[in-house]
Amino acid sequence: MAIQSPSIDLGSGVAINAVAATASRGYWQSVRRRLRRDPVTLVCAGILLLIVLGAIFAPFLNLADPYKTSMIRRLYPLGSPNFPLGTDELGRDMFSRLIYGGRLSLFMGVTPVVCALLIGGTLGITAGFLGGWVNMLIMRVMDVFYAFPSVLLAISLSGAMGAGASNTLLALTLVFIPPVCRVSESVTTQVRGFDFVDAAKASGAGSFTIVRVHVLGNVLGPILVYATSLISVAIILAAGLSFLGLGVKPPEPEWGLMLNTLRQAIYVNPVLAALPGVMIFITSIFFNLMSDGLRAAMDVKA
Amino acid sequence: MDALLPHKDRCGPAQPLLLAENLRKYFPVPGGLFGRATRVVRAVDDLSLSVAKGETLGIVGESGCGKSTVARLLIRLLKPDRGHMVLDGDPVDEPHGLTLNQLRRQVQMVFQDSYASLNPRLTIGETLAFSPKAHGLPAAEARERVRDLLSKVGLDPESYYTRYPHELSGGQRQRVNIARALALRPRLVILDEAVSALDKSVEAQVLNMLVDLKTELELTYVFISHDLNVVQYLSDRVLVMYLGKIVEIGAVEAIYGNPQHPYTRALLSARPSMDPRKRTKEAPIQGDPPNPIDPPSGCRFRTRCPFAEDVCARVEPPLADIGTQAVSCHMRVAGSGHSRAATP
Amino acid sequence: MLLYALRRLIYLIPVAFGVSLLVFALVHLAPGDAISAIVPPDAPQELIDKLKEYYGFDKPLPVQYFRWLGVTLTGDFGTSIGTGRPVADEVGSAFGNTIILAISATFCAFTLAIILGTAAAYAKTRIVDRLVTSIALVGVSVPHFWLAIVLVIIFSVELGMLPPMGLGPENATGWRLDWPHVQHMILPTIALSVIPLGVMTRTVRSTVKEVLSSEFVTALQAKGMRDGAILRHVMKNAAPTCLAVMGLQAGNLIGGSILIETVFSWPGTGFLLNSAIFRRDLPILQGTTLVLAGFFMLLNLTVDVIQTMVDPRIKRG
Repeated sequence: MAIQSPSIDLGSGVAINAVAATASRGYWQSVRRRLRRDPVTLVCAGILLLIVLGAIFAPFLNLADPYKTSMIRRLYPLGSPNFPLGTDELGRDMFSRLIYGGRLSLFMGVTPVVCALLIGGTLGITAGFLGGWVNMLIMRVMDVFYAFPSVLLAISLSGAMGAGASNTLLALTLVFIPPVCRVSESVTTQVRGFDFVDAAKASGAGSFTIVRVHVLGNVLGPILVYATSLISVAIILAAGLSFLGLGVKPPEPEWGLMLNTLRQAIYVNPVLAALPGVMIFITSIFFNLMSDGLRAAMDVKA
Repeated sequence: MDALLPHKDRCGPAQPLLLAENLRKYFPVPGGLFGRATRVVRAVDDLSLSVAKGETLGIVGESGCGKSTVARLLIRLLKPDRGHMVLDGDPVDEPHGLTLNQLRRQVQMVFQDSYASLNPRLTIGETLAFSPKAHGLPAAEARERVRDLLSKVGLDPESYYTRYPHELSGGQRQRVNIARALALRPRLVILDEAVSALDKSVEAQVLNMLVDLKTELELTYVFISHDLNVVQYLSDRVLVMYLGKIVEIGAVEAIYGNPQHPYTRALLSARPSMDPRKRTKEAPIQGDPPNPIDPPSGCRFRTRCPFAEDVCARVEPPLADIGTQAVSCHMRVAGSGHSRAATP
Repeated sequence: MLLYALRRLIYLIPVAFGVSLLVFALVHLAPGDAISAIVPPDAPQELIDKLKEYYGFDKPLPVQYFRWLGVTLTGDFGTSIGTGRPVADEVGSAFGNTIILAISATFCAFTLAIILGTAAAYAKTRIVDRLVTSIALVGVSVPHFWLAIVLVIIFSVELGMLPPMGLGPENATGWRLDWPHVQHMILPTIALSVIPLGVMTRTVRSTVKEVLSSEFVTALQAKGMRDGAILRHVMKNAAPTCLAVMGLQAGNLIGGSILIETVFSWPGTGFLLNSAIFRRDLPILQGTTLVLAGFFMLLNLTVDVIQTMVDPRIKRG
């Protein structure tokens, strides 16, 4: 038996010319290109950006003082002169409080997810890459936290630690570490099974280098997408804790807390009482849409 | 000084490049009430082999016989439960021996799945530069080496350096994989089904390239495949595996021209023939290989062997040297008690 | 099968141990101690010490933990600092009310989700699929405690159709299956079912869609099988994944009911937990958390075992 073949690979020669024309695209470049072609995601990102910018630059927007109470002008309806969205139960400007409210509400929603992403991601990638007893130990501890429904865990923790913004942040971070850790562990385990990781090991590189070069690039995408989908849950949960009186303390403007204090007004001015919830709802729905768009853009079977 | 020069020969041509003795790898199967491993898959069971300098050792066998496990043991991606390895006179992973890192400088591997073995997020250049850089080669030198490697495997360095794996064809990707295995200038390359997934025409090109590279770079190959024709084309010696053990090993002419073990014969006669007069009427071996969790006692092939007798179930046949080749079958051992064996 | 269930049960032991540790730690996360919450600030030190001794707070932590664990394992959850009644009694009756609400919300959410999700997966026109995915999106994005308030505003305040709070008519003692009681359940049920409805609709839609695109369905169609019969095959294949998510959602719904029960003053575990937090009634907080977590664990175990029973592909012998 003899295998005869032309000594020059004609196939690849043709391919060379074809490819030379179009620039080679990396993964993140193609994700960016796909995102640019997705109007829904772009609009969502735009609106979110508006809410975030509004919250950040609230002090420079020439708004009414969100803390200034007035016993005379309590519960003005929507569309009142000088108070486009009315006033709350203590006569404070609703519009201003809703814009300012974004500061705490977004901060309380995003911070725990970012912290959980750092801690849970590190733990999960470590567990997934090392496997064995390290994986066992880390994941069994996570299982303990998984034995609680997330809302129960958040409420019990912050209930025990007492009300306050920092306790809420701590409780929510603890709630989100296990799911982030689980997702990170499972994608890392998956990536670790690919031959290119074995090839990297066979090249004699150290574990840290392999994780940095070969694992992170492949797991970060899915983990980030998952984390963005948690932001909406975190915002609702943080608002929920404040709504129960476990989060931010009055008189701070925060959407969940405002919903709580305005509950007494549902018989007087029901639309006004529901307004802070609308803000939570809008933010959370746009975060979800953006996360879906991001997932679609990043889901490449090249 | 370039720290990544090819290794010099130490012990002369008589010393095998790689010697593996009694390698054993059992994989635990989870089961039982507490999830403890109560049973094991005997993937590789007391297997010894040696690879001479400059030769190509072919390893053939059905899927699941432990070929890939052998490959991963030889490069120590798997740690053997038992056994030693000696690389050109130096023991591996033992006190005063070579470290795994030093072993991997000299032994490299090409994987079967050309796609899964390339990191989709890295360009070809980055993938190829990874191992030289990991061994401390400065970036500029690594880049130069990558260009050199690409042209060695027949890919234009200018256009392939910045491309991603998904932009390449299967054959091109496998060329990149071969280039990566060569990046550390190893002496031994293990090719685990390295061409099996390719189209026949591309396979031929890559095989010819492997032959050329071997001469040019003075390489030694361990070539693992289920394709008997390809193994015959490339190998100097052939090792036939069945359920984690060697059934026959010898020069390629001896194995293909005068197979001694019933399993080797069955494998060879199962090859499709282009000659219509040589049509086989019956399947040479029936059924699937037995479960490696509980391999048959004595000779592992006896459950599918047409010549099996009592002795085959009782006694495990030794790997007996019969001159041109070594074979592990009672029929070839004089006085073994098998009715077809010669009487001493 | 039985072996698998048994193994899962054994595996649960270390997790349960961890859970008990965490629940125990809840008390010690609290600022100050539990005693200072119930005695007046000018109480004599003697009284405080006596109370501490009575509740066992004067012992070192490990001793306290094992004493607490031992007593808890016998079903004695201690006495409520607020009311003086046994915690087990308080939590027990509240748990019943929570379960009633949870069952009705789970039932509504899952039935609707299966119908909507399957319809979307089968939809030939984009409109149906778009509509269902939008509903699902709203379901997962809406703050359910806000929805509860909106429902109260619309149906109780504006329309006066449904009662805004409570378990039943004012003089009612417990829950009964009659209209005055069911009436009180409608709004909480709706508010509680939106999240699982959203999550499950998404899951059912994507799972059914995936099964529909698999080759065996094409083979069944090619064979000329009627659509109804094919649907049975599709459902059978989609069931395991959906079941797994359902289990998790049913558990999370119980967690979510804490907020809903507070809005509707529904006397369940959530309401109890919330009032315990504000009275700093730590035994109640501990007991409720432990009971809910235990229930959640058993629920997950059950779902896991059922899942292996319906999915022939998973062989966990």
